[in-house]
Amino acid sequence: MKKLISRDDKLVAAVNRRCFLGKGVQGVGTLGLAALLQQSYTQAKETDVQVPRWPGILDGKLHHEAKAKRVIFLTMAGGMSHLETFDHRPKLAEMDGKPMPESYTKGQPIAQLQNKPLKCLAPQHTFAKHGESGVELSSIFPHLATVADELAIVRSLTTDAINHDPAHTFMNTGTTISGRPSMGSWFTYGLGAETENLPGFVVLTSSGGGQDQPIASRQWHSGFLPSRFQGVHFHGQGDPVLYVNNPPGVSRAQQRDVVKAVQKINRLRSASINDTEIATRISQYEMAFRMQASVPDLVDISQETQATLEMYGTKGGDGSFASNCLLARRLAERGTRFIQLYHRGWDHHGGIKNASAGTAKLIDQGVTALIKDLKQRDMLKDTLIVFASEFGRTPMAQGNGRDHHIKGFSVWLAGGGIKGGITYGSTDDLGYNAVEGVVSVHDLHATMMHVLGIDHEKMTVSFQGRDFRLTDISGNPVQALLV
Amino acid sequence: MLRFVNIQLLLLFGLGLVHTELLVAQTIDFDRDIRPIFSNHCYACHGPDAETRKADLRLDLEASLFAVRDEPLITPGNIKNSQLIHRITSKDDAEKMPPTDFLKPLSADQISLLEQWVKQGAVWKDHWAWTAPKRPSIPKLKNSFIKNDIDRFVLAKLKDEMVKPSKRADSVTLIRRLYFDLTGLPPTSAQVKEFIANTSSTAYQDLVTQLLAQPQFGERMAMYWLDVVRYADSNGYHADKTRQVSPYRDYVIEAFNSNKPYDDFVREQIAGDLIPNATIEQQVASAFNMLLQTTDEGGAQAKEYLAKYAADRVRNTASAFMGVTFGCAQCHDHKYDPFTTKDFYQFASFFADISEVGVGNAPAFPVIDAKRQAAIAQAKTTVVDAQMALVSAAEKMVQQRAAWEASLIEKARSNIRLTPWQVLASLSAESFDLAHDKSFFNETVPVDLATPVAEVAWKQRDEFVDGKIHALPAQENIAHYLFRTLTAPQDMKLVLQLGSDDGIRVWVNGNEKLNKKITRGAVANQEQVTVDLEKGENQLLIKISQGGGACGFYFNYGSSNLPADIHRIILIAANERSEKDQTMLTSHFRDTHPDLAVPRELITNSEKMLKQLTDSAPKTLMTKVATPRITRILPRGDWQDDSGEEVQPAVPKFMQPLDVEGRRANRLDLADWMIDANNPLTARVFVNRLWKILFGNGLAQPLDDIGSQGSRPIHPELLDWLAIEFMESGWDIKHMVKLLVVSGTYQQSSNGSVAMTARDPYNHLLARQTQFRLDAEMVRDNALAVSGLLTREIGGVSVKPYQPVGYWKHMNFPKRTWTPSSGANAYRRGLYTHWQRMFLHPSLLAFDAPSREECTVERPRSNTPQQALVLLNDPTYVEAARVFALRIISEGGADSKQRLNWAFETALSRQATKQELDVLLDVYMKHLVMFQADADSAKSLVAVGNTANQTKVNVAEHAAWTSIARIIFNLHESITRN
Repeated sequence: MKKLISRDDKLVAAVNRRCFLGKGVQGVGTLGLAALLQQSYTQAKETDVQVPRWPGILDGKLHHEAKAKRVIFLTMAGGMSHLETFDHRPKLAEMDGKPMPESYTKGQPIAQLQNKPLKCLAPQHTFAKHGESGVELSSIFPHLATVADELAIVRSLTTDAINHDPAHTFMNTGTTISGRPSMGSWFTYGLGAETENLPGFVVLTSSGGGQDQPIASRQWHSGFLPSRFQGVHFHGQGDPVLYVNNPPGVSRAQQRDVVKAVQKINRLRSASINDTEIATRISQYEMAFRMQASVPDLVDISQETQATLEMYGTKGGDGSFASNCLLARRLAERGTRFIQLYHRGWDHHGGIKNASAGTAKLIDQGVTALIKDLKQRDMLKDTLIVFASEFGRTPMAQGNGRDHHIKGFSVWLAGGGIKGGITYGSTDDLGYNAVEGVVSVHDLHATMMHVLGIDHEKMTVSFQGRDFRLTDISGNPVQALLV
Repeated sequence: MLRFVNIQLLLLFGLGLVHTELLVAQTIDFDRDIRPIFSNHCYACHGPDAETRKADLRLDLEASLFAVRDEPLITPGNIKNSQLIHRITSKDDAEKMPPTDFLKPLSADQISLLEQWVKQGAVWKDHWAWTAPKRPSIPKLKNSFIKNDIDRFVLAKLKDEMVKPSKRADSVTLIRRLYFDLTGLPPTSAQVKEFIANTSSTAYQDLVTQLLAQPQFGERMAMYWLDVVRYADSNGYHADKTRQVSPYRDYVIEAFNSNKPYDDFVREQIAGDLIPNATIEQQVASAFNMLLQTTDEGGAQAKEYLAKYAADRVRNTASAFMGVTFGCAQCHDHKYDPFTTKDFYQFASFFADISEVGVGNAPAFPVIDAKRQAAIAQAKTTVVDAQMALVSAAEKMVQQRAAWEASLIEKARSNIRLTPWQVLASLSAESFDLAHDKSFFNETVPVDLATPVAEVAWKQRDEFVDGKIHALPAQENIAHYLFRTLTAPQDMKLVLQLGSDDGIRVWVNGNEKLNKKITRGAVANQEQVTVDLEKGENQLLIKISQGGGACGFYFNYGSSNLPADIHRIILIAANERSEKDQTMLTSHFRDTHPDLAVPRELITNSEKMLKQLTDSAPKTLMTKVATPRITRILPRGDWQDDSGEEVQPAVPKFMQPLDVEGRRANRLDLADWMIDANNPLTARVFVNRLWKILFGNGLAQPLDDIGSQGSRPIHPELLDWLAIEFMESGWDIKHMVKLLVVSGTYQQSSNGSVAMTARDPYNHLLARQTQFRLDAEMVRDNALAVSGLLTREIGGVSVKPYQPVGYWKHMNFPKRTWTPSSGANAYRRGLYTHWQRMFLHPSLLAFDAPSREECTVERPRSNTPQQALVLLNDPTYVEAARVFALRIISEGGADSKQRLNWAFETALSRQATKQELDVLLDVYMKHLVMFQADADSAKSLVAVGNTANQTKVNVAEHAAWTSIARIIFNLHESITRN
């Protein structure tokens, strides 16, 4: 839902004023370095139009020093069981098949297990300590175990919503009410992107390993922020970005002629009409035309070495999670600020033993390769990686699976600003309630923003008479996770 | 002098992006200058929310502000003796207000304003929006600019500001503006020429009258209203299933076209179902209450979602009709406006009588209008007549009846007998595959009914009679088993007729006879299996597997077999049969005897006719009344907390009262309260939004928050004058639209001077018209209209224009594919596009169409690369271009220059300039050569889309003109209303 009175117009006007009229020279100056770094990816100028890049509302005025400059957020959609992955609960194994003590569940919201007998289900996979730090991981992530020392595992996350759709909305926007900006939009609004050839906020999706949860485009919507901060969904089939390819029969040269002619006539119009939107329109056409080249370049995996492809375990271009991890790295290199991957295969109401192992197999090698690859390119130090699910799953059995669970589940972070090789917070013995170092979704957001140099209480936008922020009305950065 | 108290501006000030000089007002006006400061910086702790209030001080109430205190908060005229000033200027952190940690410090200008206000006597004024409008006196002014009283208000303000209005726009701009604003479509070049040639003094007014009478007016207004009420073709949450509600959309279009008074429009939507003897139209209007997002997700708790729906209705009704952010009071008293949490839940309980389920899909009801009603009555008579004819024919066949009964007895004796169904429901699995494939017990050995499977016991289900579809418990990924014994008189073959939702497996005596893993709904006779029965008892075992959605099965056993009841009855001696049995047998005789085929066919045909008349009626959600649910105040909005006070329907306490003399107030009372002349909001909110449609921005902003945090209108008297005029005209919408568009203010040029746009960037002073990009639907409509492809049919079920393949792949339960509409339906106006909330059509989305999950009263107008990609590459626009290209060639004249001018006149209502011609001719010549050299490319370009190329032209020429048409459709001017 976007109700603001053409705020985009105003932001664009503000940017134009800075970039074209010479005001805010300081801001452009800080951009200079980033722009230089991007030179290798900038397409040859084909239409001689400058594209003013949105420098971020915090341009040059971060609230404190940033430890990372981009985010890769890996969403395990469907509700990844913490008990089969990152939260080791031996006591639950002892209780296997026994009734779940009522003290845990009385008066608690429950999804599909409503009014059914509640029995404990033992963790379905073994756990072991890994790395120098001895971080505990389940056996279904053998690759991830090799980078255990990079991970900060939080075992005490909680959320507010117990059904998939509202829970995703909460995880992405900080509220279950539709219409607020998603976190990717907030970060891009605050920090801008480091590229003028690609969107600042990109979403990639994959599936497999379980019943595919629906994902709504509202999850990457910009809400009341201008639409330019909306996530751009890259597709595994057809055009990688909607409408990015020329119409049939039209060559790039012809498309350039069309765009150039549009630009020329718009400029003629601009000379006779006082309409600042025309200047913006001209630069947006330039950006669109560049994207028509930069997007195919981005997805052209032939530039990657065989070793890289083997590390990720993908041939690329197949829309798999591993392939998307590789694209995430390529996007990160090119200056995209917020990259969000969804894997829609974690809703394991039944058969959780094999299903969780199966889904993890689709995830494990790709995400591990992403961490290693960023590290070997010296980019892990300024990339924040978050691996999260919209909620966890019950210690109670649903047949041989588990139901949705919101009172305690796991997430891990890695990369810039994050202390690796630690486990923070804890659920109770049975993995039901987060009891130590409880972390809310708002806390998670506050932590992410903190790492990127943003005070979550200070970046607000006024809408319908209220100052809104990603963290709504609460949240604190989790200091223990920070370097 | 004017001060801008616009929050967007404040945002930009705060960020240092705008360096506009603050203009200080001569006389401080509490409502305009002071309340916004209190609201934004103080109300959080000293405002309406009782829970967060500190020091028992309320700056939103006159009585609290001026209460007698030891140290007066305010001493009018004396800043030294005013604690308010002392506290905001204090350097001592212990007493400084607002406190430093509140992060909302006052600026020096704001402090100075507060000081001046106290110095000037600290005069209080009630919030303008909470007081009913009164008709203000009209400024007495004379000027050629003035076309009606609107202009007197505008001009008076401009005189204060020493600004001159802009000159009248040229005729081309005016006619384009009127067409886009009133119909959403561009004028044809013939219409433009006719208007320019019309020198009559009433030419402009006549055009307005003519456009208001066009059916496209209703479509254009509906585009806006559908955003407000969040109309969509899908449920919104989780599976986002399609819902049937297009008759409501058509009601809205018709309401605007027939100029339904706005008060009726409000009543019918909120409470059409409660109006005595409600017409079908009024019932359709009541679909308004059902437009919210709903879920049918497995595992969702009904109670939680009923609480969500209640809150959603309060938010939407308050935003749609009152322009206030009532939703903020769901968890706490409103922070800025005097809405309490109790007000919120009392308001919610107005809607507690709406029949609905928390989890599931609301039913759609057929829309039977008078004409269809008459046809149905006629068809029913025909059916009854035919039935009577059959009865009397059967009664006459005494001999045939006796012979028929004898033959039935013969058949029954050699027939098989079946035991009732034993059912095992439900067994859950991890996936649909497993539910279907897995053996929950050994199906190949005799079934043991005494032993439960996975703790589920077999149960006899007598109601599962043969020949009917029966529902089974539905849940994702489960299996059901059905078992019965068949006793055969001898070894024989038997045909089983089966149906299933979803998969089915069949075993007879332990041998698998059918295994079909499929996702579908159950229908009779989806499968036919012939099985061998042994003489005596045979075991029949059926498994139904299910992935998601509904679940069920169908069973019968071959047409040659007698129905079970008939089998039973015929074996009873005739004189011992009960009356009921005898009637059943007679009925079977009438239904099956070959000699009665002719009268039976008459019945079938007339029933078919009747069914067709009922089935073909469009369906829509409607509001249906049930016993009101209990509504409680939910502490902190927590739906699990039942400790809150139970409340009854009531309007916000601080507003004008609603008196229902002791009975429970209902939605009709609420609607009447909204349209009461003393309601301060309803009329103002609507005229403010009409103003936005026709001038680009509202008089009061933002449009969805008229409360304390909204800015005071720059022209409060004009807004009130319009609100009164609206009510006194009988809530006449077309009257108001006409009043607005014939004003001199509306007719001004939008091409403001650089100095003026710098001084008043958001056009608050109205010294010019506004330029803005067309709305998403109109961007599409314009290209289709110019090319000649546009279908002008009004209403009907939503349609599906071209959409990228795979765009819907992330929806599930069930998986769906977008099947593009064919024929004329591919070229309907944008407002008829199927509105899928989770994945709105990407072209509409790119141009800021909202997904309609919440009320949208003002779309952003963004300017993005995605928009360029849509106009350049979406097949809709490429097809429109190549169809337009054909018109350019066949209608545009002989030479290229003539054709270019014709194209410009058709698309932009003007001739191309010399420079523009040069640019376009260059591209044309170049592309002509390129396409001549590459005929295959030319062919593929001119084949984009469904339309066949009617006229035979040279392919390269056609492709080159397509390039020109694409350029024109991509021009800023093509998608801009000036």
